[in-house]
Formats: sequence, structure tokens, C-alpha cells
Amino acid sequence: MSTEVAEVKEVKKSEPLFSKKNRKLVSNPLDIDNPITVQVLGICSALAVTTQMKPAFTMAVSLVVVLIASSLVISALRNTIPSRIRIVVQLAVIATFVILVDQVLKAYVYDISKQLSVFVGLIITNCIVMGRLEAFSMGNKLGPSFLDGLGNGLGYGIILMIVAFFREFLGSGALFGFKVFEAVGLHYPGNGLMLLPAGACIVVGVIIWVQRSLNGYREG
Amino acid sequence: MENLISIGIRSIFIDNMIFAYFLGMCSYLAVSKKVKTAFGLGVAVIFVLGFTVPINWLIQNHILNQGSLAWISPELATVDLTFLQFIVFIAVIASMVQLTEMAIEKFSPALYGSLGIFLPLIAVNCAILGGALFMVGRSYTLPEATVFGLGSGIGWLLAIVALAGIREKMKYSNVPGPLRGLGITFILVGLMSLGFLSFMGFSL
Repeated sequence: MSTEVAEVKEVKKSEPLFSKKNRKLVSNPLDIDNPITVQVLGICSALAVTTQMKPAFTMAVSLVVVLIASSLVISALRNTIPSRIRIVVQLAVIATFVILVDQVLKAYVYDISKQLSVFVGLIITNCIVMGRLEAFSMGNKLGPSFLDGLGNGLGYGIILMIVAFFREFLGSGALFGFKVFEAVGLHYPGNGLMLLPAGACIVVGVIIWVQRSLNGYREG
Repeated sequence: MENLISIGIRSIFIDNMIFAYFLGMCSYLAVSKKVKTAFGLGVAVIFVLGFTVPINWLIQNHILNQGSLAWISPELATVDLTFLQFIVFIAVIASMVQLTEMAIEKFSPALYGSLGIFLPLIAVNCAILGGALFMVGRSYTLPEATVFGLGSGIGWLLAIVALAGIREKMKYSNVPGPLRGLGITFILVGLMSLGFLSFMGFSL
């Protein structure tokens, strides 16, 4: 939790000219308007890539890059895109950036790129990107769109890292591939359930439970 | 033939799009409140997957792969267009969804009325693009790809109808406030996924 706060503060300091409302664009998605746990967007990859922290981190960074870049482009083009074909235009812009990210990952971190397999490509259909472009960038200027993309990307990344932390720690007793239990001289056999899809769903369910108990959000 | 049946069974039960790969989770969670609408969306997904996977197979093997353009002229034999995969696949999917929508509107206005809102959503359903990418990754032949597309769709339908059934019953249960809605649904999906694990290792 403390890292979240630090990140938000950093953004606030570097952009002192932005109004309070714009700062909210970054801080809201981190908690009360989180893309995964509140808006229910982009669940697929949150569950699928989180067996270990390393691929989860790579995935989070890739998503932030794609989200910010496509937010900026769509926001710059927002007055020239005919509304009937906007979905296709958005998909084309997202797909272009995803191809770039995919090629970079293949060139520099080939192992992780193999591990993520189809999920880098699936950023195209990641509802977070489409959802934010449709709901925000189509109607806002470059600055706020950038902040909105950054905020939602970080909100997604934080949940991804929390899920991956519990799954890797409990599942194989390691963090970023570093065997924690063996380093302190303990034997940990690993809880296979956490590495299975079922474990991911249950961890996300519990995170939502904890988060909503803390911020008082209720559904239905 | 046996191979095809085996791929079909695998894609429905063992490699289920939802329980093994979490593909199409967004609409899976959003549209699973009622069995009737869940069934409608499931049918639309089967339809779109059944068409797009073989079409994308043809594109991958006759246009994108290295050397597959040699039928135009031998000079093109070294051209490798696989990096265009994502953008071509998503274009095929978006246009297929559009066509499906128009066809359904023309031939069955009743079904269109009940599916209307969900059809455009399918274009951004990860299960569709995921199906196409898995098909490339596992290097299927054309009949295998078709069976895989249909089987994945059927598996998706099965999963969403089952969850919708459970969620309809959940209305009568006393779930703790913060867990209500999305939280308990995730835990349900986890438990269902454990159930589907029992198909693991089952082969024909």
C-alpha cells in the first residue's frame, strides 16, 4: 500500500500545474475506481499472467505503455474520427502499439515474451484500453487523457502485482524467482492450488473483498 | 477423425477458454446475471469463433507465413508478414462480427432483439482473438482449426450458462456486504474451475 501512495505523490509533484480534478484522474483508478476490482475491465490477463511476478511486471509495464500511447493518439484525433467507425480506428491504433511492444519484448526479453505467449497480443482486446479510449480520450484533451491512461495503467499494474505476489509466494515460495524460504533455511513445498487458474480467481475474489471492506464500496 | 474428436473434447472441457485460460472474462462476468441472456451471448460466441478461426487460419497460412506468398510470384517467397498478425486478425474479427450482426438482423429479428447489445461486444471478447492466436501457436490443420473454434465456443457457452445458473440462485443467499457481486462471483469461478480440473488427463 505504501508504494501506491509514493507513486501518486511523485506524479503530483512533477505536475504542479495540474488542477485537483486532474490529480484525481491518477489517484482514483488506484483505489475507488480501480479498473480491475471496480470497473471489472481487463480481468483476463490479470488472472492469466500472474503465476509469477516477473511476467506480471512485464505485462503491467506493457499495458501502461500501450494505454498511454493510444490515449494520446486517440485524444489528438478525437475531432477528426467519424463516430460510426470509431471502434475500428481505436482497434487499429491499439493494435499498432501492441505490435511495437510485442516486437520490443521479443527482441530484449525473449524468455518472458515466450512465457506471456498470446497474452501480449490480447492487450488489443483488453477491455481497459478500449474502455478508457471510448469513455475518456474520445472527449478530453491530451493532458487529462495522458493522466487518465497513466492512472488506469497503474491501477491495473498494482492489482496485477498484488495477485502475482500472493500466487508466487504461496505457490512456489519465491518472489521474482528468488526462493525466499530456502534463503532463510526453511523448506516450503509450495501450494500447487495457487498456481492453478482456480487459485487466481480466489485470490482476486479475496482482494476485492478486502478492498471493498476498506473503502466501503457495495454492490447490489 | 479421432484426432478431431479429441481436439473437440479437449477444447470444450480440458482447455476450456474460461477455466483454463480466463479468456473472455469481461463479458463472462458482466453478462452472467441471467441464464437467458447468457445463453444468447454464448450462442453468438460459438458462431463467431466457428467462423473466424478457420478464416484466420487461411489468412495465416496463405498470406502471412514466410514463403506463403510464393503463389503470386517467386520473388515474394522471402516475405514474412507474421508481424501483421494481430492487426489482420482483429480486422477479420471486427468485420465478421459486423457481418454476423447484419445477417442476424436480416434473418431473425427476434434473436437480434435479444442479442442486439452483446454482438458488438464480441469483437473485443478476448476469447475470439485468443482462439485465433492459440490456433496459430499450436499449428493446427484447417479441419482441426474449425473443430477447435467450435469446441472453444461450446466450452465458453457451457461455462457462462453454468455461472449464470449459480448466480441466479445466489440472489437468495446471505453474502457478506463487501463480498457481494463481483467478489463472490470470482470465488465461484475459482471453485468451478477446480471442478473442471477433474477432466484433466482425460483423453480419447
